[in-house]
Amino acid sequence: MRVSGKGLIDRSTPVRFTFDGTSYSGFMGDTVASALLANDVRLMGRSFKYHRPRGPLTAGSEEPNALVTVKRGTDAEPNVRATVQEIYEGLEVRSQNAWPSLAFDALGVNDFAAPFLSAGFYYKTFMWPRAFWERVYEPIIRRAAGLGGLSGTANDAEYEKAHAFCDVLVIGAGPTGLMAALEAGRAGADVILADEDARAGGRLLSETHLVNGQSGVDWAAGVIAELESMDNVRIMTRTTVTGAYDQGTYGALERVSGHVAAKRGTPRACFWRIVSKRSILAAGALERPVAFQNNDRPGIMTAGAVRSYVNKWGVVPGRDVVVFGNNDDAHRTAQDLHAAGVHIAALVDSRSDAHVTGDFPIFTGAQICGSGGRLGLASVTIRTQIGTEKIATECLAMSGGWNPSVHLTCHMNGRPVWRDDIASFVPRADMIPGMVTAGACNGVFSTHGALVEGQRAAKETLEALGMKMSAAGIPETEDAPYTMSPLWAVGGTGRAWLDFQNDVTVKDIKQAAKENFRSVEHMKRYTTQGMATDQGKNSNVGALAILADVTGRGIPETGTTTFRPPYTPVPIAAMGAGAQGKGFAPERLTTSHEGTLKRNAPMIEAGMWYRPSYFPKDAETTWRQSCDREVNMLRESVGVCDVSTLGKIDIQGPDAAAFLDFVYTNTFSTLKAGRVRYGLMLREDGTVMDDGTTARLSETHYVMTTTTAAAGSVMRHLEFVHQCLRPELDVSMISVTEQWAQFAVAGPKARDVLNAVLAHQIDNDSFPFMACGPVKVGDVDARLFRISFSGEHAYEIAVPARYGASMFETLIEQALALGGGPYGMEALNVLRIEKGFITHAEIHGRVTAFDIGMERMISAKKDCIGQTMAAREGLVGEDREQLVGLKPIGAVKQLMAGAHLFDPESPATREHSEGYVTSVGFSPTEASFLGLGFLKGGRARHGQTVKLVDHMRGIETLCEVCHPVFHDPEGGKTRG
Amino acid sequence: MVDLIATTPAGAMKPYVSGVATLSEIALGKATSIAPFKGQGAAVETALGIKLPKVGKSTSRAGQGVVWFSQGQFLALGFDVPAGVHGLAALTDQSDAWCALDLTGEGAEDVLARLVPVDLRITTFKAGHALRSQLGHMPLHITRLKSGGFRLLSFRSMAGTTVHEIQRAMDHLAGRG
Amino acid sequence: MRLKCPVCGERDLREFFYVGDAVALDRPDADAGMDAWDSYVHLRDNPAGVTRDLWQHEAGCAAWIVVTRNTVTHEVKETALAGDVKRARG
Repeated sequence: MRVSGKGLIDRSTPVRFTFDGTSYSGFMGDTVASALLANDVRLMGRSFKYHRPRGPLTAGSEEPNALVTVKRGTDAEPNVRATVQEIYEGLEVRSQNAWPSLAFDALGVNDFAAPFLSAGFYYKTFMWPRAFWERVYEPIIRRAAGLGGLSGTANDAEYEKAHAFCDVLVIGAGPTGLMAALEAGRAGADVILADEDARAGGRLLSETHLVNGQSGVDWAAGVIAELESMDNVRIMTRTTVTGAYDQGTYGALERVSGHVAAKRGTPRACFWRIVSKRSILAAGALERPVAFQNNDRPGIMTAGAVRSYVNKWGVVPGRDVVVFGNNDDAHRTAQDLHAAGVHIAALVDSRSDAHVTGDFPIFTGAQICGSGGRLGLASVTIRTQIGTEKIATECLAMSGGWNPSVHLTCHMNGRPVWRDDIASFVPRADMIPGMVTAGACNGVFSTHGALVEGQRAAKETLEALGMKMSAAGIPETEDAPYTMSPLWAVGGTGRAWLDFQNDVTVKDIKQAAKENFRSVEHMKRYTTQGMATDQGKNSNVGALAILADVTGRGIPETGTTTFRPPYTPVPIAAMGAGAQGKGFAPERLTTSHEGTLKRNAPMIEAGMWYRPSYFPKDAETTWRQSCDREVNMLRESVGVCDVSTLGKIDIQGPDAAAFLDFVYTNTFSTLKAGRVRYGLMLREDGTVMDDGTTARLSETHYVMTTTTAAAGSVMRHLEFVHQCLRPELDVSMISVTEQWAQFAVAGPKARDVLNAVLAHQIDNDSFPFMACGPVKVGDVDARLFRISFSGEHAYEIAVPARYGASMFETLIEQALALGGGPYGMEALNVLRIEKGFITHAEIHGRVTAFDIGMERMISAKKDCIGQTMAAREGLVGEDREQLVGLKPIGAVKQLMAGAHLFDPESPATREHSEGYVTSVGFSPTEASFLGLGFLKGGRARHGQTVKLVDHMRGIETLCEVCHPVFHDPEGGKTRG
Repeated sequence: MVDLIATTPAGAMKPYVSGVATLSEIALGKATSIAPFKGQGAAVETALGIKLPKVGKSTSRAGQGVVWFSQGQFLALGFDVPAGVHGLAALTDQSDAWCALDLTGEGAEDVLARLVPVDLRITTFKAGHALRSQLGHMPLHITRLKSGGFRLLSFRSMAGTTVHEIQRAMDHLAGRG
Repeated sequence: MRLKCPVCGERDLREFFYVGDAVALDRPDADAGMDAWDSYVHLRDNPAGVTRDLWQHEAGCAAWIVVTRNTVTHEVKETALAGDVKRARG
């Protein structure tokens, strides 16, 4: 219910939303949890395992119970914490893990089966029979247990990722963080202040004590106003720093639009990578519950949360409240509520020496040992020295003390240290390089202490940055000592919850210890304590204390579990934002792309490039018809193909020739200017890396071509060889792949096409095979290379890319006039197979120069990359698999790439494999399928018969082993 | 005589305005990479008539500019490299290799923060500063313009994707209101 | 993880290409014998602690970099241009 005059909500702006179909009203500034509590709704969820009714335990992101699903359909987001989700007009909220309804949950029967569902139940029960694991047990368990469900369709919400840089990252904008950011900002440092809440202020927004004579809220607002006025300070609210990574990198999740009725296209969340020179952790502390029998009923919350609800949202979770704690801080809850006019049924302090005053019943040296109620708390039982007493109440505010939020400090493998006086872990120094911890997360709990800590952290940080701080005075505020006496669990029978989210009780921890899961890591995995969305924020220390107790060790000896990123759940969609579609694989388009699409060519992806598969003509109904026609067209007249995707590297310098001699197996220093040579490149281990042609444009200037696939890796390799192995060579290289649009013009009429477009005619004398040189197309400077990948009389002509589209059209127009036309990748592949030319299908990374019959290309007159290792005995043996051609000779005419080769008499089993097929295509020229492959001792086996078996497709073909060059083996056509 | 027609990398896109940022395709003009041969830096500067910039910077004289491009490489923009530089440096025409885009407006820096993993704050990356990085998976050269905003150079073949990605980031930012 | 490129300054890991041990700089002579070549091409230590490896600032200035770092703490102790390292050895 709402308390008048309290809270930071905007009472002039009512907001309507629905929960499980019922419409409720709250105010601007409410969370789902605060608004539902204001409407006297305490039941917000069902527990994971026992389906126990649950309400919010906390008022923040550590919430284990009140998990809900917001929105609907593909927009639905499960496991949203009702304590974090802000309400807006029309927000739709649904409960989870309950059927048919939250109030009557059929699987609530699990609660009665609890004696059987203790720690290890699943491991022990669902062992046999093994066949039931996946088909019977898992579906049943999955349906019964679990959190929110997925929508079942792809998430089409938008997400963002972004990068930010700063001198100082301040994590948390409570009193510590505000003070630190203020000092760092005033000193001129570039500051990012990140806070999880919608509004900066931290605990100051939940407390009533004064700071500098004004309310904490007003003081915080003043600091924020000053920070906002500074250009060097950036305040990021609704932003949770979720992880600490190497070299000052932090991950942070910003909830961009979840709090408003966002229009389509607005990102839901943004995942930030924040790089900071230094950081200040001011993450505060989290209150821990006390374990006692049935301590999980809706209405039982942490004391600090109850204080937040009344002071921040003007809400009390019941008509009367009992406060139970082991420390002085809990008393504030009673005092604040009492001052707000709420009936305090009792204040129970477990310490007999506690000093408490107040106009309400006070019990010291007493404990709450049980609770009653069905779907919400109705009563609690107090155990004093003289007996037990049952008190009717709708809300219990409990406090087992505060745990500093050390999580981020542990993300790089550091372990926090135990402090007995506050019975908590605190960070050690330098667990994260460059990070200073301060305030409550450092074990300092008073507001005054927080401000002092914030200033100290700023001073240390600024000094490390070489900056000066002009320390401001510390505002006057409360400085109450934090005194407490550990109370982990109240003795008794029945179930006392430690981990609310995973339904882990004190008994489960004891059971684990009894079964010798004494290591904290084993206990955690056996009981599932500390897993799921809250990652044990509410239960880790309590569970550890119980484990320490039953194993007779101290808490420091028992250890602590490892905290890993993320601090709060991060949607994968946010981390991977922008990495779908074009963001995953950019599209590389040639200049002829539009001209190709215009001719209805289906495109295939080659790396990131898009290339035409074939150019269909009207009457053609299959790709094979188009491909066969294009092959014939090229062999008979002329074909045009965009080959711009091949890598082109400009290599210049006085030592360019020496450099190429070192990276290629063959010699390029002897190549004359104006000529082109085929080159073979090895890796240092002797296998083939890439091949291509390199043209010498002048004494000191070469242009290398690489295969499309290896363009990037060859460029990297060349830079490696130059910088790491031969830095003394005076040579430099730059990619010109993008600069030139390059087209193959191939076929008997290739020269006719070129002479129709070139400003000056060429002939076989002026431009023989393997010549290159500058030419003009109109008044555009172009480069012409007489090279062939089809075995025909062929050229490649390169023009500056701006003219690529126009050049493509011009060449096709001329080709069409001569009975030719464009051809695609399918035809290109058949043409090169007919000619026995290799691609990366053949030089796939396990193949040597010997295997492809090019060992004589490794010049012995000079050193080159891969030369020594290529000569190893095992890489040149005659029994190696060698490149051969394959032609079907039996009844079956089909060849398949990837199939294996066998002796016709041998069974087609792995141990009898003698080789494999790398490329196949139907050759209209030879009127047969042709293949390339590798066969043991293949060069000596030309004319023999082998059996090709494709086990996947059930194809078996008898093949003749051939020379890999089927077409024009003398090469007369190319030279003519 | 054949008369080839030139096209621009981003297909002469109209300036795209979203939120407080504008993306426009720019005609790069003549762009030549200059990589001085060993020990020829000073001679190149003399022949060029412009100082070669330090790493990550740019220099200009009388409307002619040189920007740092890569390790040992500079990009001469908007003029023909004088004949005197030939033989002193590797000269490579890059005029057609890059798609040049200007991203301007108050939101330009925030747009790039969503795409590029480098520190582009005005305090560290000032007017005339230049760097090589990546936009998503795509190579990118960035110069902060003296007039404000950024000049982006992306691979010509990736112009479509580059424009798409920048527009998407602009829309996301605009969507925050 | 961030690495300091000696040319471009500190950059995010994603801009770099990783190859492995900086032993790659120490290419043996052609006649050094198979043992030397085998160890150059194939044999690598896998230290828990300080290691020197080779990275390329591929998305940046294309510089090859020798990075001295600690595989346990992830501390990056030093970065240097591979060309300088190689030249210094003569």
